[in-house]
Amino acid sequence: MELTINGKKHRIDVPPDMPLLWVLRDELGLVGTKFGCGVAACGACTVHVGGQAVRSCVTPVGEVNAPVTTIEGIGTPDSLAVIQQAWIDHQVAQCGYCQSGQIMQAAALLADNPSPTNLEIDEAMQGNLCRCGTYPRIRAAIHNAARRLRGG
Amino acid sequence: MGRARTIARRSFLIGSAAILGGIAFGAYKLEQEPENPLRPGKGETTLNPYLLIDGHGITIITPRAEMGQGTQSTLAALVAEELDLEWGSFRIMHGPPGAAYANSTLLVAGLPVKDYEERSSIQQMFEGILKKVPKLMALQATGGSSAMPDAYIKMRLVGAAARQVLLAAAARKWNVPVESLSTQNGVVHEPGGRRASYVELAPLAVDIKPPANPPLKPASEWRYLGKSVPRLDQVAKVTGTAAFGIDTRLDGMLYATIRINPRLGGEMLSFDASDAEKMPGVRKVVDLGNGVGVIATNTWLAFQAVQAIKVEWGPAPYPPETDAILARIEQAFDEAPNSSLRDDGDTEAAFSAATPDDVVEAEYRVPFLAHTTMEPMNATALYAGDSMRVWVGNQSPVINRDKAAEAVGLPSDAVKLITPYLGGGFGRRGEYDFTRYAALMAKAMPGTAVKTTWRREEDITHDYYRPAAIARFRAVMGKEGPIALEGKIAAPSVTRQSSLRLAGFAPPGPDRGLVEGAFDQPYGIADYRVDGHFADLDIPVGFWRSVGNSYNGFFHESFMDEMAHARGLDPVEMRLRLMKGVHEPSRLVLEKVATMADWTGKTPDGVGRGVAFTYSFGAPTAEIIEVRDSPDGIRITRAWAATDVGVALDPRNIRAQIMSGIIYGLSAAVMGEITFSDGMVEQENFPDYDALRMNNAPRIDVEVLENKTRISGIGEPGTPPSMPALANALFDMTGKRARTLPLNAMFDFA
Repeated sequence: MELTINGKKHRIDVPPDMPLLWVLRDELGLVGTKFGCGVAACGACTVHVGGQAVRSCVTPVGEVNAPVTTIEGIGTPDSLAVIQQAWIDHQVAQCGYCQSGQIMQAAALLADNPSPTNLEIDEAMQGNLCRCGTYPRIRAAIHNAARRLRGG
Repeated sequence: MGRARTIARRSFLIGSAAILGGIAFGAYKLEQEPENPLRPGKGETTLNPYLLIDGHGITIITPRAEMGQGTQSTLAALVAEELDLEWGSFRIMHGPPGAAYANSTLLVAGLPVKDYEERSSIQQMFEGILKKVPKLMALQATGGSSAMPDAYIKMRLVGAAARQVLLAAAARKWNVPVESLSTQNGVVHEPGGRRASYVELAPLAVDIKPPANPPLKPASEWRYLGKSVPRLDQVAKVTGTAAFGIDTRLDGMLYATIRINPRLGGEMLSFDASDAEKMPGVRKVVDLGNGVGVIATNTWLAFQAVQAIKVEWGPAPYPPETDAILARIEQAFDEAPNSSLRDDGDTEAAFSAATPDDVVEAEYRVPFLAHTTMEPMNATALYAGDSMRVWVGNQSPVINRDKAAEAVGLPSDAVKLITPYLGGGFGRRGEYDFTRYAALMAKAMPGTAVKTTWRREEDITHDYYRPAAIARFRAVMGKEGPIALEGKIAAPSVTRQSSLRLAGFAPPGPDRGLVEGAFDQPYGIADYRVDGHFADLDIPVGFWRSVGNSYNGFFHESFMDEMAHARGLDPVEMRLRLMKGVHEPSRLVLEKVATMADWTGKTPDGVGRGVAFTYSFGAPTAEIIEVRDSPDGIRITRAWAATDVGVALDPRNIRAQIMSGIIYGLSAAVMGEITFSDGMVEQENFPDYDALRMNNAPRIDVEVLENKTRISGIGEPGTPPSMPALANALFDMTGKRARTLPLNAMFDFA
């Protein structure tokens, strides 16, 4: 099986029903994508498949037929994406465990909707759980990133 | 109740602490400094247990678990402020387990005293002893909102002493008087223009004895402390590069999971793993005694295989159904109280003399709660026969190391334990069960690293729960508020269970944790008594963010609201009157939050506001919650909070912690409930044990005051008042009084 992840092709030899999450984490060592629940109820495992936000913990790798982007693929410590910089400026993260998924979900939202309202942000983000309660700052960071991406 | 017995119940712990400190260990041992646990490698220098300097620069050891509360950044700021380092020019590291990193304030917090009161000289003496005992016990732990009270002076002294030593090294190198030298951002300057970096000077400084009490900067000269400085973990946490325990990667590593008897504490009678063993990629099935584990080539496979094992589980050592469990807790009221840590005046006489119309009574109940850290329990271990290495996000590294060693039959010093970032703790990672199981799994595969990850279902059904609790309150009302107040609280004891588990003994005497948040509130009421009743129950319970305050805050402050409404009094004004002359900083936070919210005591139809106050972990915290009716159900729209930490080391981070505590508390108040059936926890994953999401979390405004003299921590104090403030707001809007949590049983939330 061949997968394109963050622009790089990988050959993997796993059963097709193995969830993408565990292929990323255990087979490929891309541990920025997190395991939270295994049942698509917390959003910690969110990645992009063909630009769409999906829960990798319930996505069989055999059904992945578009390029995958993970948190490692949108920016790095030396070259941060705009959305990551917005997260830092608002000092969003506390424990930080859910934030990879939050950022991937928010990035997909902004790709679809460059000026989301509070209500639209709530709609898009309510599948992503944060037990530290960073929601007010996540929302502020999304607005901030939206402004910067619009060039405002 | 005889006076002598009351006094005995109050003083026993103080007495036993003194025995522990003064006699069992010997006074001389209390003064010994533990050795520096850092083992500098080639090219590395250590000046004290908190500083490691090598050719690349300076590393500050921040030996408390970073589980989201920002502790490591503020601990580093304490050292950097005095050492004179540029922010961000150094690295931070949790460091190894060690007695040198003992938390001196943990035992003090267990003293059965009201924290807001001035300490008597004898209490101060006991406190002095109790602050030294943790070093003897190597009690290194993160919890109880204690890191800042513990480190505030200690880590500034570390920085100041190291700076003096580095200055002395420079003076010696250049043969100039030390007084002529100054420092700037990690460099020593000499008036003639010569400069030397700390990195260069460190190797020359190792034999210079540090001063015991170097002068500390006055607060007016601080450049990091008292300011909001950027947290040091943010870049890693937004790029997926922060290493949590679950992210540990080692060569040739295998992946495991466990399945323990869901009847907690019960035995495993038999199991049949033949199906699991046939699954390709399964390397080993491990008999753990009270459960089974599977080691496989990936985590997903281990998850599937462990569920394919057929197991016959033994019964639970507690009543199998929730109703029977709560009945057991209720029975505790029939027994003599374990404590009466507040017994002002004579409540019995006050109730005998009262006319029935003046008496208000209520009973409250709260359920068991799980922690649900976002990162499920996990640990990685590499067992090599005569040594072992363990990687685990944990809040008590010495205990975790020792228990891992014990599990595999190695001495403690043969085990090296690494503490990466924690994907949430909330008290759950103060335990060691996850480390012990991971060590046993690794021992089954010597020479191979094994990462043991729990399924979310295993995590929620095998927690150390916040106990269920029941309270009975009654009051005699005067015109302006209660003139007599009595509270009785029944719950399983977290202190007793966790002490037995973690330290091997249970302290005798009154259990402060059972009644904290109820007996120690700064209200002046002439006849005022709070009793704690032990419920004997073998359900695993543990520290859950704010511990006893998490239920007593709800009980006490719901009843405050009921008392006010019984007499048509404003619940803010009634509390302000009761606090007057008792504890001014508490009165000021309540006054502040009322101003922030423009509190009038009146709300339009379809809007409700509730107030609550809890003094916990040294930080008086007042909160107002607003709810609004909507076509989709009730929304929690706003929250206002004011707190007082004495010295606000990082105001932005403190505000974030209060918000976090509020959302954690509201999540529990709205929907948190663990129930039992057939001896097993019924909730398994987020669909049936959820928490607030972005769409139902309120906007939150926080103000941080500094009227208190002593510094306190802030990880927990935001949580207790949030729950009663919400219930009180719902009463204000609907006229329905909720005396049982969670609230979604009685109200429809949006």
